[in-house]
Amino acid sequence: MAVPLTEEVQFLPASDQSLLVYFGHQITLKAHQRVRKLLRLLESEPIAGVRNLHPAYCSLLLDFDALTWKQGELEAILRSYIDRLAALHLPDPRRIEIPVCYGGEFGPDLDEVASFHGMTPAQAVELHASATYTVYFLGFVPGFAYLGGLPETLATARLASPRRNTPPGSVGIADNQTGVYPFDTPGGWRLIGRTPIAMFRPDRANMSFLAIGDRVRFTPISAERFAAPKTA
Amino acid sequence: MSSILVQSSGLLTTVQDLGRQGFGTIGVSPSGAADPVSVRLGNRVVGNPENAAALEMTLLGGTFSFSDGAIVALAGSDFGAALDDAAIVPGKSVQLSPGQTLRLGPTRSGARCYLCVHGGIAVPQFLGSASTHLLSGLGGFEGRALRKGDVLSIGPATKPFRERVLSGRIVERLSLRSVLRVTPGPQADWFDGASLRAFCAATYRVGEQSNRMGIRLEGPPVSPQIGRPMITEGVSLGAIQVPTGGLPIILFVEQQTTGGYPKIANVISADLHRLGQLRPRDEIRFEQVTFDAARSLLIEHEKLLASSEAVV
Repeated sequence: MAVPLTEEVQFLPASDQSLLVYFGHQITLKAHQRVRKLLRLLESEPIAGVRNLHPAYCSLLLDFDALTWKQGELEAILRSYIDRLAALHLPDPRRIEIPVCYGGEFGPDLDEVASFHGMTPAQAVELHASATYTVYFLGFVPGFAYLGGLPETLATARLASPRRNTPPGSVGIADNQTGVYPFDTPGGWRLIGRTPIAMFRPDRANMSFLAIGDRVRFTPISAERFAAPKTA
Repeated sequence: MSSILVQSSGLLTTVQDLGRQGFGTIGVSPSGAADPVSVRLGNRVVGNPENAAALEMTLLGGTFSFSDGAIVALAGSDFGAALDDAAIVPGKSVQLSPGQTLRLGPTRSGARCYLCVHGGIAVPQFLGSASTHLLSGLGGFEGRALRKGDVLSIGPATKPFRERVLSGRIVERLSLRSVLRVTPGPQADWFDGASLRAFCAATYRVGEQSNRMGIRLEGPPVSPQIGRPMITEGVSLGAIQVPTGGLPIILFVEQQTTGGYPKIANVISADLHRLGQLRPRDEIRFEQVTFDAARSLLIEHEKLLASSEAVV
């Protein structure tokens, strides 16, 4: 007999007004699908008094009004949602292309990343631009997408001491993740390039350029094209 | 529309209401007033809804002139306010005549003072809130802290002036204490009993690098006993995360929405507003309570806030 899905799910209070739902403790596409499905269900059938949702690799954090809900009551409702996940279908993912000018002033860590893996910068770029990535979730700051699917041979640890500033559009690597910094923030990811695309724009209908579940590819562009006026 | 001219901005003055909820999926944290209790009460004193936008001042207040007059009140910490050189009492509604100037100085108590104005500060709403999110430059007044020469609009007045004052007794009961109550964090079991006891026995000092994103603590480091790599997950307001090095950071209103450090504890909802009044070098301690106790404390806290005695 198949094990009911709910048995693999773990609930843990994060605070007196927030609850973590874990779908295992591993970064897998399967866990990601469940996070997305639960998110989708909670967005289409919102629970009154649930204020905010924070999906991540294999978990979903719910902030709730503690005057409305006791932890256990909310858990019971969530179990009924989770029972329905298997029957739920997700729409086909969007396919998004992100132009990147690799190396040089745009990617100050490219040479180091390449030499760390015993390859040339050009090989590292080719590898980074060859993969299709999945947006596991958005977090940290507005519009920051955590992309999974980095080729193993490019996985590189974070900088020992983070930069105080990271120019917006910087494309970075941290362990087996890659991502694009939407804002000038402190950051410890190794920067290999930069995109001219604004990852977060409050005047756009979709403020965040990327959304959870998107499939992403990076396309190398020249410094000239990076500097060219944007048409979009 | 009436307006406020910023003659001097103080150390860090921003437009804040009670924040924007519901945008965690695109990485937008709620932001909002660091001490929401003061904003709620201050707004009631001037006859506003609790969520109206106010000016949040930090450690050192600014100087503001009101060309058309206004109904204002100060809430939170005492920044030694003066109206045209005459001292005014915080927590009380004041009718300003056209051309009057309100001058605030350095704090005499906690970190933040709020200037609430009848009609609210009128700025464009971003995702349903007037709150400034400094790191991303979104919301509030042009997404940034106020500067000398800025002119802010005041929302339309809907009620005549009425003298109202905050109950000193209730403010006292809601005000800063050096002991913050916490519930166990989602990774509390990564720390052994001795570490958890040490964490609650220790006195921590608020670091100079603290801001609206996080309150950095100095004191005895704590280290998780489990070396398991942490998978990035959503983080809650008031989460006390322990990065490499062991010096805890309390995630605050402009927090990152997800994080990859283990969380040893979380400040309870009823004490979150107290975080907004912590100044650099203040000393604090933590006291662990159960989730049930935290909920009872929140219910009591909200009852106190909602009581008709709070603002008379």
